[in-house]
Amino acid sequence: MSAVPLPAADPVLEVEDLRVELRTPRGTAHVVNGLSYAVGQGETVAVVGESGSGKSVSVLAMLGLLPPRVATVTGRAVLQGEDLLTMSPERLRQVRGPGAGLVFQDPMTSLNPVLSIGKQLVEGIRAHDDVPKAVARRRAAELLGEVGLPEPDRALDRFPHELSGGMRQRVVIAIALANSPALLIADEATTALDVTVQAQIIDLVERLQADHGTGVIWITHDLGVVAGIADRVLVMYGGRCVEDGTADDVLERPAHPYTRGLLGSLPDLAAPLDPDGRVPDLATVPGLPPPPTDLPPGCVFWPRCPVRSDPRCETEQPPLVTVGPGTPGRHGHVGRVLEHRAATWYQEGTAR
Amino acid sequence: MTAVPTPGGIPAAPAPGEPMVARPARPRWRETLGLLVRDRTAATAGLVLLIIIVVAIFDETFASQGPNEQDIPGRLQPPSWSHPFGTDDLGRDILSRVILGASVSLKVGFLSVGLALVVGTLIGLFAGFYGRWVDDALMRIMDVLFAFPAVLLAIAILAIRGPGTSNTIIAIAVVYVPIFARVTRASVLGVREEVYVRASRSIGASDFRLLTRHVLPNAAPPIIVQTSISLAFAVLAEAALSFLGLGTQPPNPSWGLMLAEGNEFINRAWWLAFFPGMAIVVTVLCFNLLGDGLRDVLDPRQRTLMAGGGR
Amino acid sequence: MSDILVSARGLEVHFPLRGGKGVLRAVDGVDLDIYRGETLGLVGESGCGKSTLGNALLRLVPPTAGTVTFDGTDLTALGRRAMREMRRRAGMVFQDPFASLDPRRTVAQTVSEPLEVHGLRSGRRERAARVGELLELVGLDPAVAGRYPHEFSGGQRQRVGIARALAGEPDFLVCDEAIASLDVSVQAQVLNLLRRLQRQLGLTLLFISHDLSAIRHISDRIAVMYLGRIVEIGPASAVGSTPQMPYTQALLSAVPVPHPELERTRQRIVLRGDVPSPAAVPSGCRFRTRCPAAFEPCPDVDPALQPVGTAPDHVAACHLHGVIGTPVDGRTAEDVSAAPVD
Ligand SMILES: Nc1ncnc2c1ncn2[C@@H]1O[C@H](COP(=O)(O)OP(=O)(O)OP(=O)(O)O)[C@@H](O)[C@H]1O
Ligand SMILES: Nc1ncnc2c1ncn2[C@@H]1O[C@H](COP(=O)(O)OP(=O)(O)O)[C@@H](O)[C@H]1O
Ligand code: SF4
Ligand code: SF4
Ligand SMILES: [Mg+2]
Ligand SMILES: [Mg+2]
Repeated sequence: MSAVPLPAADPVLEVEDLRVELRTPRGTAHVVNGLSYAVGQGETVAVVGESGSGKSVSVLAMLGLLPPRVATVTGRAVLQGEDLLTMSPERLRQVRGPGAGLVFQDPMTSLNPVLSIGKQLVEGIRAHDDVPKAVARRRAAELLGEVGLPEPDRALDRFPHELSGGMRQRVVIAIALANSPALLIADEATTALDVTVQAQIIDLVERLQADHGTGVIWITHDLGVVAGIADRVLVMYGGRCVEDGTADDVLERPAHPYTRGLLGSLPDLAAPLDPDGRVPDLATVPGLPPPPTDLPPGCVFWPRCPVRSDPRCETEQPPLVTVGPGTPGRHGHVGRVLEHRAATWYQEGTAR
Repeated sequence: MTAVPTPGGIPAAPAPGEPMVARPARPRWRETLGLLVRDRTAATAGLVLLIIIVVAIFDETFASQGPNEQDIPGRLQPPSWSHPFGTDDLGRDILSRVILGASVSLKVGFLSVGLALVVGTLIGLFAGFYGRWVDDALMRIMDVLFAFPAVLLAIAILAIRGPGTSNTIIAIAVVYVPIFARVTRASVLGVREEVYVRASRSIGASDFRLLTRHVLPNAAPPIIVQTSISLAFAVLAEAALSFLGLGTQPPNPSWGLMLAEGNEFINRAWWLAFFPGMAIVVTVLCFNLLGDGLRDVLDPRQRTLMAGGGR
Repeated sequence: MSDILVSARGLEVHFPLRGGKGVLRAVDGVDLDIYRGETLGLVGESGCGKSTLGNALLRLVPPTAGTVTFDGTDLTALGRRAMREMRRRAGMVFQDPFASLDPRRTVAQTVSEPLEVHGLRSGRRERAARVGELLELVGLDPAVAGRYPHEFSGGQRQRVGIARALAGEPDFLVCDEAIASLDVSVQAQVLNLLRRLQRQLGLTLLFISHDLSAIRHISDRIAVMYLGRIVEIGPASAVGSTPQMPYTQALLSAVPVPHPELERTRQRIVLRGDVPSPAAVPSGCRFRTRCPAAFEPCPDVDPALQPVGTAPDHVAACHLHGVIGTPVDGRTAEDVSAAPVD
């Protein structure tokens, strides 16, 4: 089989064995436990998982945005040849704009409510590029036009509270893109938005990606969005990657019981009706994720796993291994076959 | 792809995240007290206050000497074994006077603040909850009261009603009513909009029920803090009014009055002002610390550490 | 026609704008019948008035015009006391389970409140027993009754909220975004629970959500709301698979499905621009400023709901189905849905 290991040919970002521990009143929280992945040029990697699975913390850790007194971060996160984790805070600040742009769920928290949109954009541009104010302002207007804000010149003088949620999120994206970053990280960027606005934002990101070759990390729990935008998917649970592969593999041929549970809990309109002519109940994953201060010794999913039967499940962490033939890659991977891996002792047919 | 087993086929998986274990029920006040005791600072403050209050109640027992018993030859004696706090210019035992002053100062503090608390909170509660004209009418009155400088207002009341302890209590209460009304109203305005208030209304709860079961308990923390601050200030205010000759009338002792009287001798006999001053400082501090502790302990969310969660 | 439990006629909720100039038309002329025992899904973009409508049906916000009839009683004519008694028969489940439970009251106190308010169980012990039953009904261990909301996960809190809403044995339950703030797997649990309760207790459900997949899963009928008005309503299968109004079509096309192949090939109708402010509702058809199919009568004539499609009881408000004017290039609603406009 000609499967290549997952790292992209020409990665923008390479994460290796990222681990994050947070000191909490309840003890040490193992929030990210050995995460490795890469994002290629123009590629979209979706990170999915339930609330508390460590999605946000993993990216915050890479960008040095966790409180240093609380967080211990180890591993490597190489952005365009430079390790973010060993960088000086000064250099990290320089890299954040042109290297990696960040978009969070709530646009209001990333915008300063007392500064006009224009001021904030100009500030962002001039922080990394020493151009005259007038030039920066012209570029700011162009950016707003690019993200589809009507009347960009007038929008520059408006304040965040005067814009709708979708418009605000577009402004945040414009700020994130102000320095044409090589990597865009969107953390639940469309979760709070209506589907119609979400469609607009996704459209926008895809267009910008095609134009600039930006690598994208798209953090979400909406598997529908993932199907639409992701080249590759990384399923996180309990701070670990439990399954990864192309969107087709992970969503159509999920191998990990957790991924199957997540997909099963989505309403499926194509599902056959019950004998009494009703839409069948949704399959659910019972229970809750384990608290990161108290992870089970074996498989993290063991306490909730409906198919655990292997004796190793309870005691030994399953490694991430190839589970299928893989699928031909797209963006940046054309001509290669991308692996499909999962971390479970479960194998088809062995379950009760 | 094998289908995910139906829920029926799922073995009962223990879910470590689910906090589902039963907990023995304990009366709420006992739990509250238990937690307050565990908060070291608040517990210490409470203990000290308790001692002060007990001393104030049984002042006659604790005072070694009548407060107004004079001993002119033994005047202005520094602290000693027979007079731990020294004696004043008339030879009266300062310790005994501080003990007896406690009952006056605390009575003024508790009664004036208690009065202001009840009246002010009710006004703030109605103004905040009903809004519109109720709010306008009540708060305009409060604004008028609030517009006078506090001391001036108290002096004016005492000037009209005449000096004395009970009039001091009324004067201080009148000064604090608008403060409690404002604090309560601000807090109620926030709580009124909470979804759980709407939820309770949606099941048909009456306004009385909404106010007593949901709005007041949740609006209480700033009121508790304000109470402890006001208690402290009331003791000081009584001192100030007595200092001006409008509060407690000599020869009866109150901490404020003693402070005022001792001031005259501050260069020759520091203990005259020092010990009543210390009594005020310690009491005020304890009220504040206890108030903070109480506010935390009354919040169920503070009782158990928050369970983890990404939001 | 089956029995109608809740009915709104010409319902309006207008809020005065700050500064005194003009009004905000949160609900702007809604006629709606909810049949006994059905689940009606109410969907629409944020700010279109779904919650306000749900609240107005229970008179939790006062309607500025129109009537609401509940099981034959005109709620808008009821006095305060009578209205409070009426509340036993209609419950509400709120979006945010973190905000909708009083943090200072135990689960038992919260769930037993309706019992106390309506005097449904006399005596402490009987109420406690009923609280236990209710908790069991929503899948919680009765032993947790003495705990405070913060000790529960989001899904568990939402169950407590549902138990409270059911305590008065209501006929009608309004679920306002009841699953929106929950994780996917927990959403599934709560959806299943609501469906089970609805069947078991014969409830009539108004399920408000902006999640079309959930709406299509749980509803018998779907109502689509836009700027304070219901613009399409009909059987879930008909509205979900053959929507007749351009707005519904756009909304449905924007819902992503978890199948990559489908997502890559599917045409999305991406609507341009934002929802207009409900304080400045466009003339004529209120959707015309974003409608990819708008034609000449749209700015002048406000379309009324009229029968559309093949399913009985399926109505939509759009001139493409009317007799006024001819769509440019002679398109019909079916054409528009078949060939999405970008
Ligand atoms: N500053 C912090 N101190 C202690 N624990 C934290 C901190 N930030 C996050 N955590 C914990 O780390 C875990 C992972 O959090 P994270 O925010 O990454 O989850 P997530 O997958 O992004 O979830 P969500 O979908 O809710 O955003 C959670 O259990 C959370 O409680
Ligand atoms: N009490 C109120 N005062 C003024 N405007 C309100 C009030 N409640 C709701 N609105 C407005 O009414 C419109 C509809 O609100 P809502 O029903 O909450 O929308 P949805 O539930 O669809 O998100 C929104 O524009 C909202 O801002
Ligand atoms: S390793 Fe075992 S417990 Fe874990 S997911 Fe696989 S089968 Fe389930
Ligand atoms: S009436 Fe006109 S504007 Fe309104 S939805 Fe139909 S075609 Fe579009
Ligand atoms: Mg997050
Ligand atoms: Mg709403």
